[in-house]
Amino acid sequence: MDLVTLTIDGQRVQVPRGTTILEAAEAAGVDIPTLCYLKDINVVGSCRVCVVEVEGAKSLQASCVTPVGEGMVVRTNTPAVREARRTVLELILSNHPFECLTCVRNGNCELQALANRFGIRDVEYMGERATFPRDESTPAIVRDPNKCILCRRCMSVCSKVQTVFALAPNGRGFDSMIAPAFFDDLSNVACAQCGQCILVCPTGALSERDHTQEVWAALADPRKHVVVQTAPAVRATVGEECGLPAGTLVTGNLVAALRRLGFDRVFDTDFAADLTIMEEGHELIERIEHGGRLPMITSCSPGWIKFIEHFYPELLPHLSTCKSPQQMFGALAKTYYAEKSGIDPRDIFVVSVMPCTAKKFEAKRPEMTSSGYPDVDAVLTSRELGRMIREAGIDLGAIEPEDYDLPLGISTGAGAIFGATGGVMEAALRTVYEVVTGKELTNVDFEDVRGLAGVKEASVDLAGLNVRVAVAHGLGNARKLLDKVKKGEAPYHFIEIMCCPGGCIGGGGQPIPTNDEIRARRIDAIYREDRGMKLRKSHENPVVQELYREFLGKPLGHKSHELLHTRYTARSRYVV
Amino acid sequence: MRMACEECRCSAEITQDKWEKLDEIIAKYKGRPGALIQVLHEAQELIGYLPREAQVRVAEGLDIPLSEVYSVVTFYALFSLKPKGRHQINVCKGTACYVRGADRILEKLEDTLGITEGDTTSDGRFSIEVVRCMGACGLGPVIRVDDDIYARLKPDRVPEILKKYD
Ligand code: SF4
Ligand code: SF4
Ligand code: SF4
Ligand code: FES
Repeated sequence: MDLVTLTIDGQRVQVPRGTTILEAAEAAGVDIPTLCYLKDINVVGSCRVCVVEVEGAKSLQASCVTPVGEGMVVRTNTPAVREARRTVLELILSNHPFECLTCVRNGNCELQALANRFGIRDVEYMGERATFPRDESTPAIVRDPNKCILCRRCMSVCSKVQTVFALAPNGRGFDSMIAPAFFDDLSNVACAQCGQCILVCPTGALSERDHTQEVWAALADPRKHVVVQTAPAVRATVGEECGLPAGTLVTGNLVAALRRLGFDRVFDTDFAADLTIMEEGHELIERIEHGGRLPMITSCSPGWIKFIEHFYPELLPHLSTCKSPQQMFGALAKTYYAEKSGIDPRDIFVVSVMPCTAKKFEAKRPEMTSSGYPDVDAVLTSRELGRMIREAGIDLGAIEPEDYDLPLGISTGAGAIFGATGGVMEAALRTVYEVVTGKELTNVDFEDVRGLAGVKEASVDLAGLNVRVAVAHGLGNARKLLDKVKKGEAPYHFIEIMCCPGGCIGGGGQPIPTNDEIRARRIDAIYREDRGMKLRKSHENPVVQELYREFLGKPLGHKSHELLHTRYTARSRYVV
Repeated sequence: MRMACEECRCSAEITQDKWEKLDEIIAKYKGRPGALIQVLHEAQELIGYLPREAQVRVAEGLDIPLSEVYSVVTFYALFSLKPKGRHQINVCKGTACYVRGADRILEKLEDTLGITEGDTTSDGRFSIEVVRCMGACGLGPVIRVDDDIYARLKPDRVPEILKKYD
């Protein structure tokens, strides 16, 4: 490898040619502040917070975009550097609302942290401030352009990673804004509601629509029977909201905390994930055996659903008709569970704790009322639940773990792995294999579909039929597979697509920061959960079996179709 | 400040004939480097400005996200999002005119017509635009309506001037 030697703050450092000064400094343990920089995604050199002195150069250099050179002498902490950084920050702050105390990102804001780090105590040039209305037009995402520092990280993630292109710079100069075309509301453009833009926003300019107040109100209402379901990924992430390191599994602690918050029943979306596998697995077998539309594509990621509705409406018949586990759970909570427990469904309030902003959109879809009521009443992201737990003063790490309630709290390892990319596929294969071959699957680990590679492929021999599958996560990767399907070049029977990079553990409602290193640790936690379960195949879930016996009949039966399956809406790419 | 609600979203008067021409322009440049700017340029010459529908058509035709099209349209001053009025009022705000009270003339125009600089009256009669020096510095403040120059202007003459144009 071609190595370059340079000096950073007096330390000799050797790095490959082409490395940036910022990366070299990181390798040397020198922390250079950044703001607009987002590794691999937004490397634009626009904010100039990361400037350093390079001996011999006429001006300060933006370290995030400047490559190292042989013999370079770099200083990251001189009076000129500190002065330049302070000036940059003061300029940003001179057009920024001072609302930290009431801001959703208070305590977790990169701008606030830098202002603190550089000891900004007053801002010399308080100029005229541009003011823009907040965009609360969607059920999932709130945009507050007044807090936007024009770093373009949201737009880069939306266009490069998700290939949605919902956001772009509008206008020039003082009144410019990173926004949907025509300064339009987000609800008027093709947006997946995935929240990946929120995850990368350094400030409070992008955030989730907050539903904590509705949930507190329901919890305080004695007439309401408030049940909560926890998505597979949340147990592997919500710990981060409460000061625990990434990758900490908090399953039992989470159950105990939810009980402490006052939920009447603590149930598990993992149960509904097992049920999804029963329905979706049988749907796949049915399509293969009866010449149905193949490849069949998973339908449990609502950001993905909205994406295909906007960008590939002609491929909608490929989607499984299964609702997502969140919605299956809601529909059953207000029918099966209501009947079984003798509670009027009108009094049941279903709360979901989800890794995802798009789930907020999904819950509000008009077709999600098959119980006769809104199947899910409120959706909290991991971040919002974190806020509620902190508000109640519960120490999530220290609380004594408890078990989920019966019946809808029983699940298998197959349900748990829904939280990571490849998990739905693996869970489906575990069940489909046994249903089709009638033989026991001894090794349940399908390693080929695990991990952070963008598109993964595998094939499984099912009693003579070679079933080919593919997995994609992140909408840019999904697009690659869809373009193949469109051209008739996708030789697969079954495709799993997750909207968010890494799957739900990287969902737009997850703790900030979320990056690849953190994603990998969360994924480890998910598979640890799976390995720790006694049952690891969805069809072995005893409550799912009981549910079919007592209520649903059989997979894909009449009742299933009524409650557990859905339809999709072709949407435009432009004005909606 | 421009806001979504003020922007023209109504169906512009783009005739069938113009739609066809627009499609030809798109086809001509599709796949070529710099196609977007070229197409927008010719589209504006064809229609007079760049209404939302035209931008959507360009986005679709060139297979470029609408957000990018709009971004380019609003970045370059030469592109216009609004139809021009039948009469174009240019107000000089070069240094000389500015010093001699161009601001008060502009204010009077805006008050009288009920629009701000950059806009067109709802009856399509006038548009106001601020320009840099028109080269008549000795005569400031100066405005031009279509081809007529009005020099050494006082705000109270504004209504009388506007009456000449319908
Ligand atoms: S975005 Fe950050 S700096 Fe701005 S008000 Fe919120 S916390 Fe404070
Ligand atoms: S929610 Fe997703 S699709 Fe919508 S603007 Fe944000 S990143 Fe883009
Ligand atoms: S909304 Fe956030 S991520 Fe997007 S440009 Fe503004 S500050 Fe940056
Ligand atoms: S972080 Fe380098 S210029 Fe913004």
